[in-house]
Amino acid sequence: MLKWQTFYKYFITNKGYLDALVGLQNTLLISVAALAIGLIIGTLMATIKLIPSSEKLPVKVLKKIVDAYVALFRGTPIVVQLLIMYFVALPLIGLARVPPLIVAMIAFGLNSGAYVSEMVRGGILSVDKGQMEAGRTLGLTYVQTMKLIILPQAIKNIVPMIGNEFIALIKETSVVSFIAVIDLTKAFKQIGDATYEYIIPYLMLALCYLILVLGITYLLRLVERRMRRSDRD
Amino acid sequence: MIETKGISKSFAGKLVLDDISVKVEKGEKVVIVGPSGSGKSTFLRCLNLLEVPDKGEVWFEGQQTNRPGVNINEVRRKMGMVFQSFNLFPHLTVMKNLTLALTTLGLKPEEEAQEIAHGLLKKIGLSEKAYQYPSKLSGGQKQRVAIIRALALNPDVMLFDEPTSSLDPEMVEEVLKVMKELAEEGMTMVVVTHEMGFAKSVGTRILFMDEGKIKENAPPEQFFNDPQNDRLKEFLSKVLVKIV
Repeated sequence: MLKWQTFYKYFITNKGYLDALVGLQNTLLISVAALAIGLIIGTLMATIKLIPSSEKLPVKVLKKIVDAYVALFRGTPIVVQLLIMYFVALPLIGLARVPPLIVAMIAFGLNSGAYVSEMVRGGILSVDKGQMEAGRTLGLTYVQTMKLIILPQAIKNIVPMIGNEFIALIKETSVVSFIAVIDLTKAFKQIGDATYEYIIPYLMLALCYLILVLGITYLLRLVERRMRRSDRD
Repeated sequence: MIETKGISKSFAGKLVLDDISVKVEKGEKVVIVGPSGSGKSTFLRCLNLLEVPDKGEVWFEGQQTNRPGVNINEVRRKMGMVFQSFNLFPHLTVMKNLTLALTTLGLKPEEEAQEIAHGLLKKIGLSEKAYQYPSKLSGGQKQRVAIIRALALNPDVMLFDEPTSSLDPEMVEEVLKVMKELAEEGMTMVVVTHEMGFAKSVGTRILFMDEGKIKENAPPEQFFNDPQNDRLKEFLSKVLVKIV
C-alpha cells in the first residue's frame, strides 16, 4: 500500500496528473493529425492507383512512385522513420528547428498514408465492377460514377478499417519519446522516474490506453450501425 | 443504326471476336444466340464500347465511335444496356436509381425526372416500390427496374446481355413480357439470350455466334426451320428440346 500512497501523493496531491493530461493531449493530437494527413495522402495515392490502365507515361510513373512509397513506409519500423525524419530528413532540407510534436505528426501521417491508401483501394475494389459499368452505360463519366455510385458504397467498407487505423495510431505513437515528445507513455514514465516507483504508473498507463481504445471502438460501432441502417440491406 | 466493320478482340492472347461485321437497322430486334464462351456478350459490349475492340470499326448513328475524340458518354446515353446481374445501385432507392442519370447529366430537372420515373414504374406495375431499396425487390422486379432505368434516358437502342439468365424460372416471364412490349413499341433491340422462344417470337433476325464468329445470320423462320451451318444444327438440336 506504500506504493499506492507514493503514487497518490505524486499524482493527486502534487498535481502529477497535469503532466499525464498533457501527455494524453499530445497522444491524441499526434494520432488525429496523423490520421488526417494519412487520409489525404492515402486517398490521393489510392486514386492514382485506380486510374484505369492507361498507356500514358506520367500516370505510369505516378503509379510506380506510389508503389515505392507504400513499400518504403510499410517496410521499415515506424521508430526508424521517426528518427530519420527528425535527425536526418528535416535537418537535410534545413528544417532542423521544427518542434518535435509537429515532426511526430508528419512522420506518423506519412506512415499512415501508406496503410490508408491500401484500405481505400481495397474498399473501392470491393464494390462490384458491374456498378461502374452500369454507371458508365447510363452516360455518366468515370468521375461522376466514382463519386455518386462507387464511393458511397466503398465508404461503408472503408470506415471500419480507418477506425482500426486510428486505434493503431493511438498505440503506435507511444514511441514518440524517441524524439523527445512527451506523450501519454512518456508522461507516466516520468512519474515513475520521479517517485522511483514504476508498478502503478505503468499499470495506470496500460489502463489509460485500454480505456481510450475501448471508447473509440464503441464509437466506431455506433457509426457502423448508423451506416448500415441507411443501407437498409 | 449500329454497324461493326471487321471487329476483333482478344483476351490474354485468346481470340474472342474474330473479324465480325454486323449491321443493325432502326427498329430491328436482333437476337444473338450461341454456346457460352462464343463471344456473344463481348460482341454486345463492344457496341457501346464497354469493351474496346482491338481491330475494326464500330459505328453508331453515322459516326465511328471507337476513335479518339468521340464523347463516348454522349453515345452511351443513347444506348440503353441491361445486364445479367441487374446492377441496380444498392445504396439508392428505386426512384433515385431511375432519376440519377437524368438529373446528374442535367437532362431534366428533378421534378420532371421523377415524373418520368413514376410513369415508367406505372408501366411495369411497380409504382408501390418507388421509394424502396433494391434489396427489397425480387430478381424479376430488379431486372424490370433495370430496364426502365435505361429507358428513362429515352435511348435509341437497347442492348440486353442475357437479361434472364440469373433469374429464377418463375420470374423469367415477367421480364420477357416487358421486353416484348418494348419491342412492340418499335424499340431497336440487340438481345443476347438463351431464350429460344423469345428469339423466335420477337426477333426479326437471329445471329448464331460460335468461336468468335457469326456462323448464321437469318430471320427466325429460316434460322429455326432451315439452318445452314452445321454447328447451328447441332446447337439447335440440343437447346430446342427444352422448349417443346
